[in-house]
Amino acid sequence: MKIYHYIILLLALAAPFLLPDYRTQLAFLWVMIILALSWDILGGQMGYNSFGNIIFFGIGMYTCAVFQRDAGLSYYPALLLGMGLGGIVAMLSAVILGNALLGMRGHYFSIGTLGLSIAAGELAGGWDFIGAGSGMTTPMFPGALGDRDIFFYFLFFAWTLVTFITLRWLYRSRFGLAINAIRDNEDKAEAMGIYTTRYKVVAWIISALFLGVIGGGAGNIIGFIDPKEVAFSGSTFGVWMILMAITGGKGTLWGPVIGATVFHITQELFWTLLLGWQRVALGLLIVLIVLFFPEGILGWLRQRYPQRFAANSIKPDQAS
Amino acid sequence: MSTVLLHVASVSKSFGGVEANRDISLTVNEGSIVGLIGPNGSGKTTLFNSIVGYHPVDTGSIRFQNKEITRLLVPDIARLGLLRTFQQTRIYGKMSCIQNMQISMPLEEHTLRSVFKALPKKDMQEIEDMLAFVGLHSKRHLLAGDLSFGQQKLLEFAMALIAGPKLLLLDEPTAGINPTLINGLIDRLKVANQELGITLLIIEHNMRVMMNITDHIYCLAHGTLLAEGSPEDIQNNQTVIDAYLGAH
Repeated sequence: MKIYHYIILLLALAAPFLLPDYRTQLAFLWVMIILALSWDILGGQMGYNSFGNIIFFGIGMYTCAVFQRDAGLSYYPALLLGMGLGGIVAMLSAVILGNALLGMRGHYFSIGTLGLSIAAGELAGGWDFIGAGSGMTTPMFPGALGDRDIFFYFLFFAWTLVTFITLRWLYRSRFGLAINAIRDNEDKAEAMGIYTTRYKVVAWIISALFLGVIGGGAGNIIGFIDPKEVAFSGSTFGVWMILMAITGGKGTLWGPVIGATVFHITQELFWTLLLGWQRVALGLLIVLIVLFFPEGILGWLRQRYPQRFAANSIKPDQAS
Repeated sequence: MSTVLLHVASVSKSFGGVEANRDISLTVNEGSIVGLIGPNGSGKTTLFNSIVGYHPVDTGSIRFQNKEITRLLVPDIARLGLLRTFQQTRIYGKMSCIQNMQISMPLEEHTLRSVFKALPKKDMQEIEDMLAFVGLHSKRHLLAGDLSFGQQKLLEFAMALIAGPKLLLLDEPTAGINPTLINGLIDRLKVANQELGITLLIIEHNMRVMMNITDHIYCLAHGTLLAEGSPEDIQNNQTVIDAYLGAH
């Protein structure tokens, strides 16, 4: 671990006590980081722009809520098991959807996933078992209100750490190289004997796991699950996860983390300072980023200061 | 008599009304260097694509090491040890040369564990040696997409070699390469063949290269096999001269 790892870790542990008024937003920052990190597995590292990753978030959210409602367990075991189950159901969905959709390439895949996320919201809105259009309410937190935010903050922080460390390890393995190869030239990868479809589906399954678990948690911190506005909200979380990854620098490990943090803070500031115009300000910010930082913040830093910000694998004397 | 490594029997392939290959048969013996020549559009690359499973053939059969591979998929054929390079060079542009080589190294065992564990450091020596062999050692940390076209060709060649194929199909390996580098490439092809034991089937328009290294040449024209024989035979074959080489 390097010195900046310790600093970030320390800040993350201290943040809810330094800024007690913003605990809910801070907890939600971890959700945003996971959204960006898990989108980047396909969108950045593999070159497959998915507009449908939101469905794994929604599936996890509903699965967890249904489990909490029907399992008859007390709050904490129901929540934790529900989140785990959300991850598993999301992974199973990714197996089926991946085999169906990942045969398509480029724009065809993107459009296919876009249709999928819209369809998921409509389907959830028509299914009585999960509350149909009127949605679901998640159980009340048993402790004090202040404890609730601390609890979710550290729960989400832990899952973010798991996500980040897992991806860091994956990107340094042959798996990481293989999905990079698929991004750069899929035909070549196949001609070199790589079973590309298998890698693509596995990448989506991994993405679905992280999203499914955090989806279950996010449903509980929001408290109310609306099929189109929360769970399968393609126009908010679905687009944000892409924007955050691109803002920070897609195809990098830290890029989505940086992008999500910057995005989340500016978005909250716009809400507070520019009420009524917050969406306009957000849109302008996105335009500016795409115009001036097309490679994202980290991508720009790497071009500007290659020695300090180069990818680990490109640095000499390191066999990645 | 050496053993037959690749046997193409009466392969035909049409695209709509265009017969790209008609009833083509050829044999590549283990350890040999075989050339495939012919005018542009005569069906050389189509034949390569058929052999590596890029598209299904209409009729005929392709056998590799006495195994029927006509209906196998591209990655399956590659894993049997039959690799190809592309006429329009294909490398992984946003990855460094070393990463290009790392992903081309064959796995010892195809288990989930070997896919997800950290990349073995012991491979690095072999990778650096191979990059040095093609003259790219000083470029090893650069992104492959930043190399010149000729260097990308050399990288693609090195990627194919490190994958350890039994048979390597090379589609115009010297096209776009600086003439002074071509001699070096000829030497490297010979080393690959003699020391690494890789059988080569080469499409090439540079006749000096072909005369220099091949044991046997097949000539295609208009999708059919026009002639075959030793380089000398082909050079003096009147139909080949008329169709392709021109009088000289």
